[in-house]
Amino acid sequence: MITLRLVKRKPLAPWARILIPVAAVVVTLLLSAIPILLAGGALWKSYFYLFYGALGTRFNLLETFVKGSPLILTGLSVAFAFRAKFWNIGAEGQLLAGALMATFLGVHLGGVPRPLVLPIIITAGFLAGGVWAAIPGILKTKLKVDDVVSTLLLNYVMWHIMGALLFGPLQQPGSSWPRSAAIIDAARYPILLPRSRFHMGIIISFLAVFVIWFINNKTTFGYRSKAVGVNIRAAHFGGINTTSVIVWTALVSGGLAGLAGVGELCAIQYRLIMDISPGYGYTGIVIAMLGNLHPVGVLLSALFFSVIIVGAQTMSRMTGVPTYIAEVIQGTALMVMLIFLLFTEFKIQVLKK
Amino acid sequence: MIENPQPMVRMSSVTKRFLDVTANNQVDFQLYPGEICSLLGENGAGKTTLMNILFGYYTCDEGDIFIKGEKIRLSSPKDAIARGVGMIHQHFALVPTQTVLENIIIGTATRKTFFLDLKRARRKLLELEKRFGLEIDPDTHVWTLSVGEQQKVEILKALYRDVDILIMDEPTAVLAPAETDDLFRTLKILVSEGRSVVFISHKLHEVMDISDRIVVLRGGRVVAERKTRETTARELANLMVGRELADSLDKKKVAPGRSVLEIQHLTVLNDKRLPAVTDLNLVVRQNEILGMAGISGNGQRELSEALFGLRTPIRGGININDTPLRPGDPSSAIKLNMARIPEDRMDTGLLMDLSVEENMILEDHGCGDFQTCGLIKSRNIHHYTDALIRAYNIATAGRDAVTKSLSGGNLQKVMLARELAGNPAVIIAAQPTRGLDVGAMEYIHRRLLQERERGAGILLISEDLDEVFSLSDRIVVIYEGTIMGEAAPHDVSREQIGLWMSGVAQ
Repeated sequence: MITLRLVKRKPLAPWARILIPVAAVVVTLLLSAIPILLAGGALWKSYFYLFYGALGTRFNLLETFVKGSPLILTGLSVAFAFRAKFWNIGAEGQLLAGALMATFLGVHLGGVPRPLVLPIIITAGFLAGGVWAAIPGILKTKLKVDDVVSTLLLNYVMWHIMGALLFGPLQQPGSSWPRSAAIIDAARYPILLPRSRFHMGIIISFLAVFVIWFINNKTTFGYRSKAVGVNIRAAHFGGINTTSVIVWTALVSGGLAGLAGVGELCAIQYRLIMDISPGYGYTGIVIAMLGNLHPVGVLLSALFFSVIIVGAQTMSRMTGVPTYIAEVIQGTALMVMLIFLLFTEFKIQVLKK
Repeated sequence: MIENPQPMVRMSSVTKRFLDVTANNQVDFQLYPGEICSLLGENGAGKTTLMNILFGYYTCDEGDIFIKGEKIRLSSPKDAIARGVGMIHQHFALVPTQTVLENIIIGTATRKTFFLDLKRARRKLLELEKRFGLEIDPDTHVWTLSVGEQQKVEILKALYRDVDILIMDEPTAVLAPAETDDLFRTLKILVSEGRSVVFISHKLHEVMDISDRIVVLRGGRVVAERKTRETTARELANLMVGRELADSLDKKKVAPGRSVLEIQHLTVLNDKRLPAVTDLNLVVRQNEILGMAGISGNGQRELSEALFGLRTPIRGGININDTPLRPGDPSSAIKLNMARIPEDRMDTGLLMDLSVEENMILEDHGCGDFQTCGLIKSRNIHHYTDALIRAYNIATAGRDAVTKSLSGGNLQKVMLARELAGNPAVIIAAQPTRGLDVGAMEYIHRRLLQERERGAGILLISEDLDEVFSLSDRIVVIYEGTIMGEAAPHDVSREQIGLWMSGVAQ
């Protein structure tokens, strides 16, 4: 009989740490070949169009960034929270909170000087998402309410609040659909490159990657939040105010998701609709895990996901493989990455009897 | 006995490696019927690893194992038990919510019998209890038993499985002196019937008391083998450490100053909301070590947690230099310049997944030297950490090494370096040398004495009587959350302390 056992391995060399995500992507693509073949697609053609569709033309490349922007922000949101072991599953609701706030202000800020409109909306959108996340943060620290459950359930609460408002005070006058009026021009994110949708929000999301990296590595807050995540008891023993750390972490995390909502509203939709987000908040969880909770890892995995999402459109058009394959590839990528991460710390030992 | 040609167990050239560490290196070991053989060595010498191999818990990389003359390959403890090898670890494997009888029969049911034959099991258990003098009511729930009684259940569990080779890993670590005597009596009866016992320990006097033969391990190798009657504790100590030990600590005479720590009418509840410390009063003065002896579980943990700010007392107060400690707030203890060495350093004291440097600055990262406006001044922190690593001679790959990669002694040095950095007025050291090897222990003791000479008032909470006797200026004994007695180390006997520890007043 042969038994397998997991044993600890020596810490990996730095080059191996870089190689692992690359290897994970390769294995993901190999595994994804199976469903593509099952769907009747020609393999090489499918993969060609998958990448061509995302990167092959100027417009497609810029679209990949457009799609990537909310994913970067929700991924960062989740990663920042998870690092402190605040299990924020609620980026979706926080995104909606940000989008709602942006809608409300974007419709009503007509009287405010033009240069002030966007800063106000961005700040308020950040705070809206942040407060929505801080609520479960406070519940967790003060009343020991499980954060997984509360953040998750608040997603539905926010979705229904949005529905109530879109059928009520926020509904576009004269419309029978659940949609708001369009926001004013001054509330729109500027388009930065002509003949594309490459907007200011993309710059904001890249800036956010840097800011979060900076907070994590260069500030005392980042240090405290890491300490709380690693061992809350020892952090408390060491004099860290863990309640404050968790609530502030929640606030920043929710704020990042809120910014994703602001971006979708002010740069893509220009009005609030019920399906403003195709689940960016949930995808953010996968992206955060895939990026190993590191801001740069999040950036890369968000871009990888948007390549798959954008490219799958072209692939589907050219080969008839359904676009659902994008989600299969995303799921596979997460599984493969988690297994690969396991093997950065462990190896398999074969025991023969 | 030793002349017996057929050993119960023979391990030959056993080698076991964990990553870079060779835990056992070409170890030869024999165990004969009817003997108690002690495995003596410091922590990390490879005693437990060797026995875990014999128990099938680890597989060895090289070497052969023979049990009762038959060469075997064990792949799980189940195999080992089937061949009559039983092992009792330091942490018991009992289900607290079940009864003694239920715990004993767990896992013994054969596949053929779906229903438990409790009546027969009970008869067999009672018979064993009588034969070995291990009387315990089979129907009591395990959680109500004392540690000593739980150990008896573990022994009965092994005997019930017809084990004739019993390995005991540091069995006395958790026992009161009287319980230790009971255990030794039981072990004598066991071997008188032809069974064999392996006794793992680093306590010399116990090893001298109980065993017929002693095998000394150091750095994963067998360095010596002695018949107990042909050796001395002193020789064993030197063999174990590999060098001559300083006879006693150099403890300078210093007169204690004014009181720096005052505990008044302190009452603290445990996790079950029952009083663990009741109306306790203590004073610790400058230049003084107050040793608190006691068997674990008598309120020491709750007392230290109250002092650390981890647990809010329900009554009473704690003053540091006449300033009250804010209850339940660790940062208050830090501000009042209290050094805190918690007993569970890996869980409470240190952030094992962070670097050595990140642990060093845990309490001080907010001070002006290490940050401005929330921005970390990493260069200052690097200098600070490097200086501490040098000053305390911490064996680490560097300040960036992850803390869990350090050995036990070095972990405690990190702990000390952090806590003693600000020249504390008061030091609370809870079990500061538990689990450490002799070398590290000596280091910690010397550091504590230095702090005493500098002027700190030290409360040393320890289960190690040797430590309490050699370091303290005064000794108090805690029993069920109250002070049973107080004495100076030179005018009290160990027996008296032992009586106090078991709740006997005079």
